[in-house]
Order: sequence, then structure tokens, then C-alpha cells
Amino acid sequence: MSKLTSLSEAIHQHVHNGDLVYAAGFTHLIPFAAGHEIIRQGIKELVLARATPDLIYDQMVAAGCARKVIFSYSGNPGVGSLKWLRDGMQNGSLEWEEYSHFGMISRLQAGASGLPFMPMRQTGALDLERANPLYQRVQDPYGGEDVVVVPALHPDVAIVHVQRADSEGNAHIWGILGEQREAAFAAKRVILTAEEIVDAELIRSDPNRTLIPSLVVSAVCQVPWCAHPSYTQGYYDRDNDFYLGWEEMSKDEAGVKAYLDEWVYGVRDREEYLAKLGPNTQERLKPGLRLSAPVNYGSY
Amino acid sequence: MPEAEYNATELMIINAARLLKDGDQVFVGVGIPNLACNLARRTHAPNLQMIYEAGVIGARPNRLPLSIGDPTLVSGALSVCSMFEVFSLYLQRGNIDVGFLGGAQIDQFGNINATVIGDYQHPKVRLPGSGGSMEIAAWANRCYIMTPHQKRRFPARVDFRTSAGFLAGRAEREAAGVRGGGPQAVVTNLGIMEPDETGEMILTALHPGATVEEAQANTGWALKTAAHIRVTEPPTENELRILREELDPAGIYLKGGG
Repeated sequence: MSKLTSLSEAIHQHVHNGDLVYAAGFTHLIPFAAGHEIIRQGIKELVLARATPDLIYDQMVAAGCARKVIFSYSGNPGVGSLKWLRDGMQNGSLEWEEYSHFGMISRLQAGASGLPFMPMRQTGALDLERANPLYQRVQDPYGGEDVVVVPALHPDVAIVHVQRADSEGNAHIWGILGEQREAAFAAKRVILTAEEIVDAELIRSDPNRTLIPSLVVSAVCQVPWCAHPSYTQGYYDRDNDFYLGWEEMSKDEAGVKAYLDEWVYGVRDREEYLAKLGPNTQERLKPGLRLSAPVNYGSY
Repeated sequence: MPEAEYNATELMIINAARLLKDGDQVFVGVGIPNLACNLARRTHAPNLQMIYEAGVIGARPNRLPLSIGDPTLVSGALSVCSMFEVFSLYLQRGNIDVGFLGGAQIDQFGNINATVIGDYQHPKVRLPGSGGSMEIAAWANRCYIMTPHQKRRFPARVDFRTSAGFLAGRAEREAAGVRGGGPQAVVTNLGIMEPDETGEMILTALHPGATVEEAQANTGWALKTAAHIRVTEPPTENELRILREELDPAGIYLKGGG
């Protein structure tokens, strides 16, 4: 059964005030269009979880959507900091819960696997374990050293962007996989956004590439350029100029307001955003062709 | 022969590259560690393999990666896996030889703070946090740190231990049962510090022209020196040419000071 809907309808249906949201994607496939739609709909008091909050959560915090962040690296990689998260933590207006990358994705792995917690080896660095009481230690019942454990994370809603999916939400992903799959399996509801909606037969032509099955997906939205200024492997490159520019744009309230007014509140949806972005930017970010060799699954 | 001119960033990258061995499996970040790995691969370590925390194994970037998940890392790589897999199958399992680390503060025993200046609950300056460094510092066989030699970066004690060096000494790290070997060298613009038998970072090498006094003046603890301090070989023209012409022709990291 088709789960196709518009992104604004999917956000309206599945993201509510106070929800724990996991907008997935490690540098790659970050669903900016969904973040912008949440801002436009004025959804508040969210708990925003991501290993790397990235610009998408800095924008959502600046727009007043969040009460808390859960993260493992809160910076603008290679550029600097995420000003609104940093200031929120420094001035006490934003709650936070912090992990290392492995701790964070182990929480998702536990959630995705239906386990209560996930064990990890000790790291010797105790300060974060002491600062975050959700880090615990348990005895190895087989006589080894104690292991560090983190509890399962079950986001109310995960938002996962992919290259292509069929209308039921069976999705192909390639390139950096980050925590896309774990977030989808861990969450209670999943909004899947895709660059392209393709025939189910195309998905079935390469089943090893289907990392997210329809089974866990609540809504499917076709959103070309959903990830800009992040990227989608093979479709468009990361807009590094934007990442560099955010440092300046985000440094005060007027700068953020100007950005949000123009690029979030000032457009109806991603289609309008894309038209506004214009053909020159789109052309600049188009990668060349580099095809993989086809494989023979065999006919039986 | 006239001596080649070079800056502090180039000096650190070249000296870090020389610490890498052919065949090393290196868990690497973007920026100057990436340049050190690519330099080593083009000189003495052609079989070095670069592994990125985003889940990319054996990257062969065609252009200078500008983010930790740059798509150029994927095209032509040996393998791509999930983040959970790269941290568990590769790092936690013990398949990583070398990890690169950085941070705002590094102490006498190589512990690193990348989390907070001041109190954790009421931060004076909130830093990005661990990312992968807590596990890299613990589980890579050898860790290297590259940082400019400045007193504020080298306090006797860090405000927050984001990742473990030798804790309060080598014995404490051993007692903690942490599998990796800990920090093996801190490469600065003045020289190299390496752990002694107690795990304390001591000055073991100076770059040409640098002095012990200069290193001490820029270190926040009473810096011990090795019985014999080595002077590093100056960067060669070939090393500088590869860095400037092949790896970072726009000078994004080389001129940015890392």
C-alpha cells in the first residue's frame, strides 16, 4: 500500500510538540527540508537527538523548536561551533544529554534490536560517564571486566532521507550510511524522504541495497534536494560555502532571523526553496558520473 | 643547499606523517591528520589504509575532504559500513593501529579535554564534545596528537577528561583494562613529546632551531626532557611539494594553521 504523502502532511501527522525527534544522517543525507518544515509548523518543546546536531539542529534551536538536545559532537566540522546550541548550553536555556559517538549509536543499536541496553568496553575516560547518569556499568557474567552500558533509545519519530524508495517505503541507500538504518528501526514512527520515488521492481533488482524496509516506515515523501546544504551521494555535493557562511549568519539574532525569514518562512516548501536556490547553485553542486559495476543476482 | 621555508602547520604534518608505518590501519579525521596520512601514503607508507569514523574503509579521496563525511571519501573506497560497525568491528575489536586526536587541552599524561572549559554543568566555554575520540583514545593501538605548542593548550590537569591518555600514570591506564597503547607522541610546532615509563609526556625531540627553554615556556607543567634530545630532520622539498601542490593546493589547512 502506498504511503506517499507531502512532507508538510507527514510532519503534521507524525511530529508533535514535545516529541523526541531523531533526524538522521552523519554529514550525508541530513533532512534539512524536514527540519525547515518543523520550524514552519511552529512545533515546540522537542527533544532533538542526533550524533552530530549539525546546522539543522542549530537552526531548529535558534527558531525555538527545542527544549533539549541529545548528541555526541556538537560542532560545525572544520568550521567552528554551533552557536545556538553552545550558547543555549552555556546560558542554561537548553537542556542536554551527551555521549561519545559510540555511546550515542549504541543507544540506537539497542533500540533497533529490541534490547534494553547495549554493552561497550571501558574507555578509561570517566568524566562523561559521571556527568551522564544514563551511562552505567554492569558486571560481565562470564567473568571478564565490567562493561559500560547505555539504554535503548526509541525516538518518537525518526526522519530518514534516502536516494530512492518505492511508494511503500522500501529504500535504497548508498554512500555514508551513518546511523540511518538504526534510527529507522529504533523509532516508533518513521518519515522517509527520498530524492526519487521508483518502481518496486527497481528496488527488488538490488535487494542488498535495501537498508530500510517498508515494514518500519510510516510515511514516504518525495523531496528532491531535501538534504541541501548537506548532500546526497551521487545526486548533489555538500554546499561547503553554506557551512562556512553559517558561522557569520548565525552569530546574532538578526542574522538568524534574516536567514529563517528568507529560506524557511519565506518559502512554502522545498520545491520553492529549490527554485530560489537557482540553477547555478544546483549546477555547481552536481557531481560527475562514477557508476558501480552491476552484479549478477542470477535467475533461478 | 638553501634550507626550505615552511610554516608550523607543515612542520607538524610532516613530522606526524613520519611516525606512520607502511601497512598501518589509521582511524583518521579531516584536516591536518588527513594530510599527514596522505603524505605518508605518497612517501614511505604506500600501503597505509585510511579509515573514517563515518564508516569509510580504505578511502582514496580524489580531492581534499572538507568534512568528516565528504562524498569524495566514498567514491573509490574499499568498503562502506554503518557507524555502529566501524566503531565495533574495526575499533572496539582491535583492528585499528593508529588514531589521531586533538582537543582544546592536553595534560601531562596525555589526557585530552574536548568537552568543556570550566564546570560541566555550568560551562564557561562549551566545546563540541567527544565525537569518536573517547573510543579512539582507548582502543587504537597507538595514538598521535598534533597541536601547536601553547601554554593554554598544555595545562598540568585538564578541566574534563574527554578521552584517556595515561590517566594519572601508566599504571592507572593498565589497571583500567583499556586495550589500546595510549598516546605515543604529541607533535607540536616546537618538537615532539613522548611518554616516559610512568606515562608522563616528556620532551624527546626538537625541530631545527627550537629550544628546550621555548618548549618549557609554552608548557603548563615542569617539562622533563629525555637524556638525549633528538633534532628532527627538516622537512624535505619533496614532502613540502606533495603537501602544497598535490594535497592542499588552495592552502585550506596548510595556511589555516590546522
